[in-house]
Amino acid sequence: MEIDPFIFRLSIFILSIFVGYYVVWSVTPSLHTPLMSVTNAISSVIIVGAIIASLAGNNETIFNTANIFGFLAIILAAVNIFGGFLVTQRMLAMYKKKKRKINK
Amino acid sequence: MSANLLAVFYLISGVLFILALRGLSSPETSRTGNLFGIIGMAIAISVTFLSIGNFSTGFFYLLIFLLIGGSIGAFIAFKIPMTAMPELVAGFHSLVGLAAVFVAISAFLNPEVFNLGSPKNIKIASLIEMSLGASIGAITFTGSIIAFLKLRGIMSGNPITFIAQHFVNLALGLTTIILIFFLCKTQTANFFWLIIIISFLLGILLIIPIGGADMPVVISMLNSYSGWAAAGIGFTLENTALIITGALVGSSGAILSYIMCKGMNRSFFSVILGGFGGTDQNSSSKSKEQKPVKNGNADDAAFLMKNASSVIIVPGYGMAVAQAQHALREMVDALKKNGVKVSYAIHPVAGRMPGHMNVLLAEANVPYDEVFELEEINSDFANCDVAYVIGANDVTNPVAKTDPQSPIYGMPILDVEKSKSVLFVKRSLSPGYAGIDNDLFYRDNTLMLFSDAKKMTEDITKNLD
Repeated sequence: MEIDPFIFRLSIFILSIFVGYYVVWSVTPSLHTPLMSVTNAISSVIIVGAIIASLAGNNETIFNTANIFGFLAIILAAVNIFGGFLVTQRMLAMYKKKKRKINK
Repeated sequence: MSANLLAVFYLISGVLFILALRGLSSPETSRTGNLFGIIGMAIAISVTFLSIGNFSTGFFYLLIFLLIGGSIGAFIAFKIPMTAMPELVAGFHSLVGLAAVFVAISAFLNPEVFNLGSPKNIKIASLIEMSLGASIGAITFTGSIIAFLKLRGIMSGNPITFIAQHFVNLALGLTTIILIFFLCKTQTANFFWLIIIISFLLGILLIIPIGGADMPVVISMLNSYSGWAAAGIGFTLENTALIITGALVGSSGAILSYIMCKGMNRSFFSVILGGFGGTDQNSSSKSKEQKPVKNGNADDAAFLMKNASSVIIVPGYGMAVAQAQHALREMVDALKKNGVKVSYAIHPVAGRMPGHMNVLLAEANVPYDEVFELEEINSDFANCDVAYVIGANDVTNPVAKTDPQSPIYGMPILDVEKSKSVLFVKRSLSPGYAGIDNDLFYRDNTLMLFSDAKKMTEDITKNLD
């Protein structure tokens, strides 16, 4: 008897939900805004699908309808990836600890 | 590159993304975490490209489009003021949603590329996955646009409601499911387009009834949706990196929504059903008669705080609107010079998104170990001399503890009332978002400072020297 590969993907999916659940509960509340911007950036890994959609076709024309949607998705996802990671970086750089005061 | 090797690389990306979120458990590790996320993304993009092996024109176009999108993203990331983070995140969500729709359309038009069968003969499972991905993506897209417009102030923050609204939404949701069923049965492209159009509409209708101050929940919820959309596409494309990421983001957004709802003591459904915070809200205030308030100026406030031994600052959305975070930090510096102990108290739903106030204070160089969450600091109000409430209102209203009739009854509040004296910086006596009067304004130990938050804070600083 063979297991449908879908079941494997479903297992990965369900287990990842649990991983996400525990990891996100341990995020400190003061970093919830960076959490949102970074999840935004990583969910743009959907660009992988966009790349395949726009480049993998073996037809002559680069710009058929399916490819154009792929290219548009690449642009959108790229905005998100760069924007998301960079703005997260910018925010995280601002979180500083109290400097030890040197008494004058 | 073999399919197995490719899958291993996607798995590595997925693990790096988990580490990126794990890093956020403390500010020290967070920067490394972000780096892990970037590496994970770079791996995912590179191996996908290598696996296709189209090095000629395709590579050229990929780079061009990556560059266009990347420079727009980078430009926004560097230019955006920190007070605009909620809008930015809402805007970014909409892009993920739309990208999911586009990838799904592309997969539907050209299924051979993804090994999903041929047009008119796409595998049933793939059809279901891609229509779900496209549908959730479309809802995320239009929903986030509405959230963006409301946060930006282009659209009024008031809830927009109409008769049978929830019934219409429910009907649209059911129609989508029926359409997916027919799409699988007949493989007709028109059903697919209809699913996407209805989902666009549903996204708008779901968000318009939700009022401005419920936005923290909405943003978190859309965050969650964008994750589920990505996961749906991940199933279609049989891509583990996407499935893992989608699940992570989906659960992250769900947890944030839960935390925000708890911060307001409201059920998730009451927020989603919306209508809260409208002007027609029959508030429980019986204050027809004008009650007297003590009106103070910057001089009085400076005097009070200078002679205090400890001050707790309670920032709220008003501080963000007035961009008063830098002025506030300068005031605190002046207070510290006078030997006053200062800390900050943040309510979970202060601002328009989770952690909004923390980012603003961090921007103004406030060390994060002076900033405390509600549970950590609430008992300290009893021993504090002055509470300086800047731009917050409902989250300090004691009626949440005393009046079961009040719309905010049961909401956890900051116990500002317990401090020896309270300073409220507000522009007017107008009630807060919940539309209810705050008893705190009329107490003997409360001093109202009617002014713009930034201007008042600056004036106080001048008087402290």
